[in-house]
Amino acid sequence: MTATTATAPDKEQPAEEPPKGGDPFDRDVLPTPPGATAALLRSLLAPMKARVALTTLLLLLQQAAVQAGPLLVAYAIDSAVPAFRRDDLGPLIAVGVGYLLCAVVSGALQYAFILASARVNQDVLLDLRGRIFRHAQALSVDFHERYTSGRLISRSTTDVESLRELLSEGLQELVTVILSFVYISAMLLWLDLGLGAVAVASFVPLYLLVRLYQRRAGRVYRLRSTAIASVIVKFVETMNGIRPVRAFRREAANDADFRVLNTHHERTNGDALLEMARYVVGSRLVANTAVAGIVLWGAHRVAGGTLALGVLAAAVLYLRRLYDPIDRLGMFLNSYQSAAASLEKIAGLLAQTPSVPEPREPTRLPPLRSREHPGREVVFDGVRFGYRTGGEVLPRFDLRIPAGQTIAVVGSTGAGKSTLAKLLARFYDPSDGRVLLDGVDLRELAVAELRRGVVMVTQEAFLFSGTVAENIAIGRPDATREDIERAAKAIGAHDFISSLPDGYDTDVRKRGGRISAGQRQLVAFARALLADPAVLILDEATSSLDIPGERAVQRAMSTVLQGRTAVVIAHRLSTVEIADRVLVMEHGRIVEDGAPAELIAGTGRFADLHRAWRDSLA
Amino acid sequence: MVTTRADAEDRSERRSAVRTLLRLWPYVRPVRVRLFTAAGVAIVASCMSLVIPLVLKWMVDGPVADRDPAGVWLGALCLLLLGFAEALLFGLRRWLVARPLAGVEAGMRADLYRHLQRLPVAFHDRWASGQLLSRGTTDLMLLRMFLAFPLTFLLVNSVTILVGVIIMLLQDWTLGLVILIPAVPVMVTCVIFEKRYADVARRAQDQVGDLTTVVEESVLGIRIIKGFGRHRSQARAFRDLSGTLRGTELRKARLLATIWGVIVTLPELAIGAALVLGSVQVADGELSAGTLVAFLSTALALRWPVDSIGFLLAMSQEAATATERYFEVMDEEPEGHQVATAKTDGTDLGLRFHDVRFRYPDAPADSPPTLDHIDLHIRPGESMALVGATGSGKTTLTALVPRLHEVTSGRITLDGRDITAMTREELRALVAVAFEEPTLFSASVAENVLMGAEDGAGEPELERALSVAQAAFAHDLPGGTGTQVGEQGLSLSGGQRQRLALARAVVGRPRFLVLDDPLSALDVHTEAAVEAALRDVLAETTALIVAHRPSTVLLADRVALLSDGRVTAVGTHQELLRSNAEYAHLMAGTEEDGR
Repeated sequence: MTATTATAPDKEQPAEEPPKGGDPFDRDVLPTPPGATAALLRSLLAPMKARVALTTLLLLLQQAAVQAGPLLVAYAIDSAVPAFRRDDLGPLIAVGVGYLLCAVVSGALQYAFILASARVNQDVLLDLRGRIFRHAQALSVDFHERYTSGRLISRSTTDVESLRELLSEGLQELVTVILSFVYISAMLLWLDLGLGAVAVASFVPLYLLVRLYQRRAGRVYRLRSTAIASVIVKFVETMNGIRPVRAFRREAANDADFRVLNTHHERTNGDALLEMARYVVGSRLVANTAVAGIVLWGAHRVAGGTLALGVLAAAVLYLRRLYDPIDRLGMFLNSYQSAAASLEKIAGLLAQTPSVPEPREPTRLPPLRSREHPGREVVFDGVRFGYRTGGEVLPRFDLRIPAGQTIAVVGSTGAGKSTLAKLLARFYDPSDGRVLLDGVDLRELAVAELRRGVVMVTQEAFLFSGTVAENIAIGRPDATREDIERAAKAIGAHDFISSLPDGYDTDVRKRGGRISAGQRQLVAFARALLADPAVLILDEATSSLDIPGERAVQRAMSTVLQGRTAVVIAHRLSTVEIADRVLVMEHGRIVEDGAPAELIAGTGRFADLHRAWRDSLA
Repeated sequence: MVTTRADAEDRSERRSAVRTLLRLWPYVRPVRVRLFTAAGVAIVASCMSLVIPLVLKWMVDGPVADRDPAGVWLGALCLLLLGFAEALLFGLRRWLVARPLAGVEAGMRADLYRHLQRLPVAFHDRWASGQLLSRGTTDLMLLRMFLAFPLTFLLVNSVTILVGVIIMLLQDWTLGLVILIPAVPVMVTCVIFEKRYADVARRAQDQVGDLTTVVEESVLGIRIIKGFGRHRSQARAFRDLSGTLRGTELRKARLLATIWGVIVTLPELAIGAALVLGSVQVADGELSAGTLVAFLSTALALRWPVDSIGFLLAMSQEAATATERYFEVMDEEPEGHQVATAKTDGTDLGLRFHDVRFRYPDAPADSPPTLDHIDLHIRPGESMALVGATGSGKTTLTALVPRLHEVTSGRITLDGRDITAMTREELRALVAVAFEEPTLFSASVAENVLMGAEDGAGEPELERALSVAQAAFAHDLPGGTGTQVGEQGLSLSGGQRQRLALARAVVGRPRFLVLDDPLSALDVHTEAAVEAALRDVLAETTALIVAHRPSTVLLADRVALLSDGRVTAVGTHQELLRSNAEYAHLMAGTEEDGR
């Protein structure tokens, strides 16, 4: 927790966002094309067709074995007992062997079925988890800025979990219930058409009950899941902001807010439980009435001699089994409701197309001119950019940065500096025009090639769990420990890393691994240094550094990174000092462009800014 | 995170599930009458289903054999009444416990939330919010389900089985004994299964946690992953972990398959044996056909109570783990309310640190303290800037003033009063803080800012604070100052959030103000404007300001230099710039002598 930073939203964008509710992102309802949910489910199950069929077959056979029991009872009473009285042991032995076989076969099939279905379920989940993960990674930064991290996390955790519950418990229940309904109805009809017909007739009120429950419970469950979601948001927000909560004495006010949300959830939770209670009463009443009716009629007929006693016994035994799973049907409906809702949300996420797609036939960058000139030329050619929500951030923008040049971009919040950086890093694509790296459009470069060429360091310096060394090595996974230490030394991070409990092997999430905001930024720099890119973008990357830290970064840029093309965005003019060229931006346009000394000597905005800054140093 | 999980595992070895579950009693106590009544009702309802076969027997051996239609009607009527009673009683059971158990769950959640809000900040540093959340949601849901089903039905099923067995023995003791034969192996299997299953289930739970961590980080660090083109290695890590999880889940399935195989086969074998034996007895005339039918229906009616014991025990085991996880957090000591009696020196005005030493409670005991020998006096109305290299302990020092962390030794006084001698409530009303990481809550802009003010503060205070922090942009938001912000609202830029956090700190005109690098995300123009406005506010408060930049330092009257956890110099900006090489290095970037 200590090591994470809140995701900093895009600097320039928010002001253009429409009011809450106007955007599907705000309501957590992504546009899901009709049929996408069903298509998703089909595509998940398609590769397992054969195994699904096998699993179903196992269950069919298993149920057949299980349901044979009462039939054997009927046979025993009506045929084996009279036969035994005639000293014919055959039928009774047949009953014994038959029962033995049924028991063993149904047990073995049960075992096989659970294993087979678990394999199918796990493979479906593995597939789905992988798809969500890969898709989320492929989606553009633009998407991630709009779809909060919490939602994405709940898509791949709780939503997948509810599908897991449906697959592992619910679906098996449903198939078992349906199969036993079919088998038992068939058996009853075969044993005695009349009794069977009564049993089948009882399905009508049961079906109506199930439908009623489904409708009512669906509503209650939706209310409950919304209620628990609000509880969760409040909970997480409080825990993540515990310092301000404490410092501003929000505890009591929070308790009161939480009580409202929690009580609301308690009420809907109780409603859901009561709904289930009603369903249980209703279905039991129907079932028990049907049993009483069938027994009444059956007993009459046995008494009248038109029905064998064994048949009645078997019918009664079957009836018990017939109505037993009705409660479980209710539980299946519960898990189905929540899984359907989850699957729809997942389908909506997967239906999002990456707005920054990888090219199908990538172009290669021309080779670097020489070791001494590792930079590359950057050209913004008639670039326009506006956010999807409207509002143009960059109205037609042209800029050429020669290879090896360090440019500084200054300007107030909302001037378009960060957009410039994100276009160059291809976090976004321009609405119009091209961004060229050594003459090649960024859109035509393979991701790996692009990332070797262009690296961006941002203000939010996120550390992944793992050691400090591993975090630096993200810049170049094949780097040796020497490479990592060299990068850390060059950026001035070696001293603080060495003083951590386990030095470079300190786990950033473990005790004693407290790393300050400034130190996190240094690690982020070491990472970029290790990546050794042709073009380096620094977007507010020194905001938490002190002046010596900033100097170390500047030193590194003029030594280790010498000859690279660099774009530096900074509020601090100290960073600008190392630049070959300064751009002053205003409302998406360049209003001043020149060497720092030249601009300082002039009378423009930069000269004003610089004067103010120098004064503060005095 | 990892360590806490390991701790929990140790503990589960030592503590028995029953003893752990007994800790729930205080929460269950208020609803005990309903819960026990419900259990009683369930026992009656469950036994009712055992009476049904007896009625059947009576019908088969009596009216059916005697061809007595009236008797048949009577029997069927009995069945109908029993059926109605059973249905209504099961409904009654659920109705009795539905609201109370939802209440128990909600009550435990509210307690957890209340408790967590009052645990020391050091605790929250150690625990990821996700870990806390899962205790407040899934674990509590598991507990509610435990109270609703396993707790009741372990009792109900035991009684039902006992009654059923007695009925069967009474009808025909030889057949009854045959039916009882598989009981022992089934139970043994259940016990072995329960133990192994609990282990694998716990492992699966932990692996899900690890997987969640990868997902969480890949989302939070998306810009880095994309920026360095590392999505493939991230995907590989994810694939490996989810593959491992699949393996564990399949092991779980194998255990489950085995137990079900046993549970399905053995009792069925016994019933088969009873059927054959019973048929022989019927044929020999030792047993009536009705008794055999009744006997088999009873045996069948006991199938569920027997089968379910396995999963009821597994659920209980899970509930015990959930209880443990819940109390793991609840057992943590909250910040105390006790107020130390310390002498008050009315003449010692301002904010003063007296030989303060601080070491993080979770740091190894032999490590050097984060802060040591801090003696610092900020006079009333004075502003003191705190300057120091990255990692020198500046943020830690500011956290000591509102007692987000407790000093290890030494003391801090406000106008002569030791901060441990006032309640935290009182202390935090005196001291306002703006943090380096500006956190806004899901509420309107106005609510977020006015959090820092006394109750009843309104529009004028809000306007003043917004103008000090140069946060007039709030008026241009879609809903003005009523716009929702935070995780559930409009996302603001770092600079915008920082300005609102600053407005929150100054809105209540606090006597003492602590600002941690309050202007780091602002551009030069805005920073200058905020500084100009802040000067007026600072003139009337006693302030401690962490600063990285000369421009921020200039807000303060004096500067304290923090170096490796000690205050090494105090003076004005100009003085220190001239006399202190480290300070000059930090502020102007000049090289230190001897470096």
